[in-house]
Amino acid sequence: MTKTDSIIPQILDKYSTQVMKDWAAQISAVTIAVGDDLNEVGARFFTALRQGIASGQFDDISGPAWAPARGILEELSRERAIKGATPAQTATFVFSLKSPLFSLLGREIKDAPTLAREIWTATLLLDKLGLYTTEVFQKNREEVIARQQEEMLELSTPVVKLWDGILALPLIGTLDSARTQVVMESLLQQIVTSGAETAIIDITGVPTVDTLVAQHLLKTVSAARLMGADCIISGIRPQIAQTIVHLGVELNVMTKATMADAFALALRRIGKTVRDREQSNGEKKKPQDAAAAEEA
Amino acid sequence: MIVEASDTISVSTSEDVVKVRQKVRAQAVALGFSLVDQTKIVTAASEIGRNTILHGGGGRMDMDTVRQGGRVGLRLVFTDKGPGIPDIARAMTDGYTTRGGLGLGLSGSKRLSNEFDIKSTPGEGTTVTLIRWK
Amino acid sequence: MDQIPILKIGDTLLVSIQVDMHDRLALALQDDLTAKIVETRARGVMIDISSLEIVDSFIGRMLNNIAAMSRILDAVTVVVGMRPAVAITLVELGLSLTGVKTALNVDKGLALIRQMIDGEEGSLDRRGE
Repeated sequence: MTKTDSIIPQILDKYSTQVMKDWAAQISAVTIAVGDDLNEVGARFFTALRQGIASGQFDDISGPAWAPARGILEELSRERAIKGATPAQTATFVFSLKSPLFSLLGREIKDAPTLAREIWTATLLLDKLGLYTTEVFQKNREEVIARQQEEMLELSTPVVKLWDGILALPLIGTLDSARTQVVMESLLQQIVTSGAETAIIDITGVPTVDTLVAQHLLKTVSAARLMGADCIISGIRPQIAQTIVHLGVELNVMTKATMADAFALALRRIGKTVRDREQSNGEKKKPQDAAAAEEA
Repeated sequence: MIVEASDTISVSTSEDVVKVRQKVRAQAVALGFSLVDQTKIVTAASEIGRNTILHGGGGRMDMDTVRQGGRVGLRLVFTDKGPGIPDIARAMTDGYTTRGGLGLGLSGSKRLSNEFDIKSTPGEGTTVTLIRWK
Repeated sequence: MDQIPILKIGDTLLVSIQVDMHDRLALALQDDLTAKIVETRARGVMIDISSLEIVDSFIGRMLNNIAAMSRILDAVTVVVGMRPAVAITLVELGLSLTGVKTALNVDKGLALIRQMIDGEEGSLDRRGE
């Protein structure tokens, strides 16, 4: 339904300067908390608004005629979201157009029913545009949150180097499918970067494991093997062992009860052992003597 | 589902499979897919693209950017007018080999995709559709 | 048609796949390698795939074939430099690289080849005693 008989387009054309001025005054009065110069964006939006209105399509702002207007609102919303403005503040940018527009309509239209109809048309349109900013705002906030969650994930599961060629990934907390994937990709990348042929995945701090997570773990172990490295899974609690058997998942990987055991195994694999320090005459030093000798 | 952008490429020579990989990779990058997801869909495209040539006698790939419920995805549709696949279920079994091996290609591509569909009529041709959502 | 270069380091042949290969090129590589193994009497073959962003079932089969043919020609094959995204995808794809040993990089790959060749000779001596 198009409103080609509306006089709103003419009013905006005839009084464009006046509307812009009044509108700018409204914006700065209401959004003073956010500050900075909205006039430039306002001018561009006003042009885009008139473009959209000129098309006669007042009911549906998803069409191509309204694309420039939508674009500017998206840009504004995104910018405001980053600066921490509330959705209401951003929507008010559009809503504050009502006041100057309505007073102009009131001046130009003397016939009451026509005036009512035109105000209704203008309200519907501006409401749609204002709500659009809220939608975009919401989407942007969600994207920001998602990104932060990702960063938190990476921070909370660091891959540590235990020795040359031995990496450890101590997993803490509940694992969900998404988190497990991120963590595993990070481990594989670290294996390449550090050239470590052994990776110890410790799940002492993981209370439960479901089939999906178990499968991700095993896929990671397989991927590591394909690349030329081996994994050891340590710290499997009795409950998790039961779950794994119950779920029928086949654990085709080396496992050790504790990370210490896994570390000892990893060292053996690279041909290293740990032994007590000896004096030059072959006698074993007592720990205190060794310390004293070090300081001397 | 809304289809946003579309591209078509002919798939008939082994060089075309390389083109398929490059095109799909470029679009996946443009849409912001993670590296692993990129690799998965490009590999799936390579498998089906090759099948289209070896078993379908050549055909084409339509690459669409699709949107549904707020998420964006990459859809690939491979069509050929070849002999078709008489027993799809069997062809989808891992390792099933016929004339050089359809086996891993079909079932593997299904595992690498979020959505997978195959329609085939013996004597008329085959259409394979796969979608990877971001 | 472009060819993939094969280098010789001692008794090992080194192939570094840098391009997105089309199937014919992959088959040509298979043939070239086999011929070179015989020609140079190489005992080791190292295939560097650190530049490959994609390994699909065809390339996977190529690697398996090269390993199988090398073994028949008394050489060991090691594939090095597989990228994490490729490894993850191969696992999902369900492709197993049977008969192909892997190592993280060229250095480790050469060490592994050395180990395997020397190990074989060691065991052969024992059998001969």
